[in-house]
Amino acid sequence: MKFYFMHLMPYADLDLDYDKDYNSAWITLPNSYYDPKKGHVLYNRYLDELEYADQLGFDGVCVNEHHQNAYGLMPIPAVTAGALSRRTKNVKIAVLGRALPLLNNPLVVAEEFTMLDNITGGRLIAGFVRGIGAEYHAWGVNPAESHGRFHEAHDLITRAWTETGPFHFEGKYYDFEYVNTWPRPYQQPRPPIWIPSQGSSETIDWAAEPSRKYTYLQTFTPVSMLAKYMQMYKEVAEGYGYEATEDQLGWSVPVYVAETDEIARREAKPHIENFLNKFLRMPKEMLLPPGYLSLKSMMGVMKAKSAIGGQQTIDTVMEKGMFICGSPATVREKLEQYQKEIGFGHLLTLLQFGTLPAELTRKNMEIYAKEVIPYLRESTGATVAAGA
Amino acid sequence: MPFREFTETIAGCNTRFMRGGSGQPLLFLHGANGAAAWLPFMEALSERYDVIVPEHPGFGASDMPDWLDNIGDLAFFYLDVIDHFGLSDVNLVGQSIGGWVAMELAVRNDTSLASLILNAPRGIRIPGLRKPDIFLWSPEETVRNLFHDQSFAEHVLAQPIDDEQQMVILKNRLTTAKLAWQPRLYNPDLEKWLHRISTPTLVLWGEQDKVIQLEYGPVLASLIPGAISETLPDCGHLPQVEKADDYVARVSRFIEEVAR
Repeated sequence: MKFYFMHLMPYADLDLDYDKDYNSAWITLPNSYYDPKKGHVLYNRYLDELEYADQLGFDGVCVNEHHQNAYGLMPIPAVTAGALSRRTKNVKIAVLGRALPLLNNPLVVAEEFTMLDNITGGRLIAGFVRGIGAEYHAWGVNPAESHGRFHEAHDLITRAWTETGPFHFEGKYYDFEYVNTWPRPYQQPRPPIWIPSQGSSETIDWAAEPSRKYTYLQTFTPVSMLAKYMQMYKEVAEGYGYEATEDQLGWSVPVYVAETDEIARREAKPHIENFLNKFLRMPKEMLLPPGYLSLKSMMGVMKAKSAIGGQQTIDTVMEKGMFICGSPATVREKLEQYQKEIGFGHLLTLLQFGTLPAELTRKNMEIYAKEVIPYLRESTGATVAAGA
Repeated sequence: MPFREFTETIAGCNTRFMRGGSGQPLLFLHGANGAAAWLPFMEALSERYDVIVPEHPGFGASDMPDWLDNIGDLAFFYLDVIDHFGLSDVNLVGQSIGGWVAMELAVRNDTSLASLILNAPRGIRIPGLRKPDIFLWSPEETVRNLFHDQSFAEHVLAQPIDDEQQMVILKNRLTTAKLAWQPRLYNPDLEKWLHRISTPTLVLWGEQDKVIQLEYGPVLASLIPGAISETLPDCGHLPQVEKADDYVARVSRFIEEVAR
């Protein structure tokens, strides 16, 4: 198994009473809540944390993309990744965004990813997503075109990387006379591609298709759902006549590890609950604009009635395995058990979340890197490459 | 008057129609919430006119055709509908997004039209006038904002919604987004060509419309040659429901005046 340090770069100085006046930390929350002086400090702290992961021996660092919110200050992930590309030496850099449908010209992604891949000598992992529903409110892109634009942009970018240019690209949303991307990817034929998702049979079927075999990354879901979707990927692969490797399966999860179970729970509680109840807060209409999900999936959501933004506690997310928290022994045991049962090969841990301050983040990173990673490297044995 | 319900295949799209009454044709183009039921105002109009109520492609029980990308596609589709039924001297009545489709149709070809009646139509932008974001409204807010008299909203909200109706609500919302998410509920090119409409036009607006502000009415009327603008007091976005008698009277009176 490979170990990655993921950062969402939240605006941790957010006035948490914002929700007395606003129903979301996204899109409609005025940016007067953002103080650039505090932001300057946060950005540099978070970049230090990402660089520290390189020194602690993680296999990779992961940056992300979201727009117009206090949840994560990384609207343009290439800036974050660019800053890291020279300051880190060993880690893979996974850009998990680029939200392809938001772009008027997806060749921007082909270019920024190949620049990163060339500068780092092949340490880039390319993440392709549709973005969450809120992005379509933030960016004005039509959510009803989300799937169509994603697939077309994907085809354009991967062809730009693997075919000799110039060639003419003819699509419904994009039509370019000259596709001739300079630089070409350092990794040949192209960088590994990861597909983060909150769980979708359509996405799994597409990612597992033999010409792609992309790494499917399950983000922030209960462990029972993780098991279901990983199994689905394996079955789809079998249906295509091949066996999925661990390298094709990844899990992204917040983790907090401290000296004892009790200390871990006490230290993490306010910060994970702020993450859940303050930073993730948004109404259903913002999260799921029309067309973002298929009508069938939307029907399921309407029936479930549950909306994101309901009050959650540290206990509810720990019970569901959406948050792993405890002593090194507890965390080792849980992760080992899940890995053995479910068989993912990439573990992306969010070791800073919500308002978790710098000193606790560092402590979390150090204990995780020293007391959890080496044990799991040993026990989960199987070595995997960095993706399809 | 009894009405018929039937499906016609036009431009490759299975389209659901309701049709009742006799006289001059009156083609009613619905708004974002579709046209599932034969409503009292349709019944009242059918006493004088041949009332034809389609569900737009992508809405309700009609198909979602592959060719449907933008509002102009619906405009051309309804020109096909007029040809398909062999209609002439059509009184084209459009509500909200349906009013937008009606204008898009009329700037393309209004030779089959006798009158054009636009009820709080979408379609143009007034710079600086901020529209409410219908896509961030909850289902309850949506219903409440449609009406001035909240007893209408209470009545709607008290009705249970079964799975089939829920699916129609989601489908209508999806197609509304497809047609109107960006640019939001207008076509920047439409305003440039509204002067081509030579059909006598009535613009109707509920004075307490919370979905599309009343301010659009006079601006729109000024862009269509000879258009008349009228407002309905104590009325929200759906005068045909909230003030059905007044609405039917104004529509009928306008059609009679035009015919004279």
